[in-house]
Amino acid sequence: MELLTYQDIPASFYIAVSTSIFIIGLGGVVLNRKSIINFLMSLELILLSANMNFVTFSSMLGDLQGQIFVMFILTVAAAEVAIGIAILIVYFRLKGNIDTEEINLMKG
Amino acid sequence: MNLIAFFIFSTLLIAAALCVTVARNPVHSVLFLIFSFFCAAALFLLQGAEFLALLLVIIYVGAVAILFLFVVMMLNIEIKEIKKSFFRFLPVVLVVALILFVELYYAIVVDMGGVLPEAIYPINYEISNIHNIGMILYTDFFFHFQIAGLVLLLAMMGAVVLTLRKRDGVKKQKIIKQVSRTRKESVKVVKVLTGKGV
Repeated sequence: MELLTYQDIPASFYIAVSTSIFIIGLGGVVLNRKSIINFLMSLELILLSANMNFVTFSSMLGDLQGQIFVMFILTVAAAEVAIGIAILIVYFRLKGNIDTEEINLMKG
Repeated sequence: MNLIAFFIFSTLLIAAALCVTVARNPVHSVLFLIFSFFCAAALFLLQGAEFLALLLVIIYVGAVAILFLFVVMMLNIEIKEIKKSFFRFLPVVLVVALILFVELYYAIVVDMGGVLPEAIYPINYEISNIHNIGMILYTDFFFHFQIAGLVLLLAMMGAVVLTLRKRDGVKKQKIIKQVSRTRKESVKVVKVLTGKGV
């Protein structure tokens, strides 16, 4: 059974796109050999894919709850970015750079 | 027509997302991030979520991405060459990503063949999207809405507290000192004699 969203586009197409974005964001986090700021950007992509999934299902089921939840995810994402960048700036003041290679204080 | 628009925007979105992770210069990464948010907003529009599409542009492009840009400019990050370890891990990561993609996709799509749940808050297509959202956001989801406001307040306070620092040698107003001044200690009445001065 082909499930359609609002404009008669199959929902599975949207899910394929959002899953790809999720994987790209995850790969960006894992493969990151640059600075922490790229890290945060990849996290934004992951959150965007979650939002896309919510909107897709909301549109497919004709239920508004998904769209409401996207707004809350947007709020949390904005808060996360603000805190993340504040931590980044504090770290930069301490160390003078934000390379992921040089973060080895805890020897993990 | 809609399908063509979908394919255009989704291709652009995936390409921009790839460029975000691959671009060497962080400024380029941020600009690609902005572009990918625009494409996602277009996809939201196609799905009939106009308010969320505009919200995505306003919040992400207007606030979050600009915040990233400011930090990238402020911190003076040097552009780095891609290291060898990147290419060493790349095939493994690609295989894992492919498996993960197939798993996630099928976990969602194959299960959708069953009975669909009844809509709890059905969309009324006769009124606009923002009207629909407003009708339930300020009634049924009112507490969630307020908690979202609290989350934002907490984030603001956290960011201020984290980045605040005391510096020596900075001239500042001391408000308590200014407010607690009285007339007695700050005004002196002097009788000036003619021809002599103070």
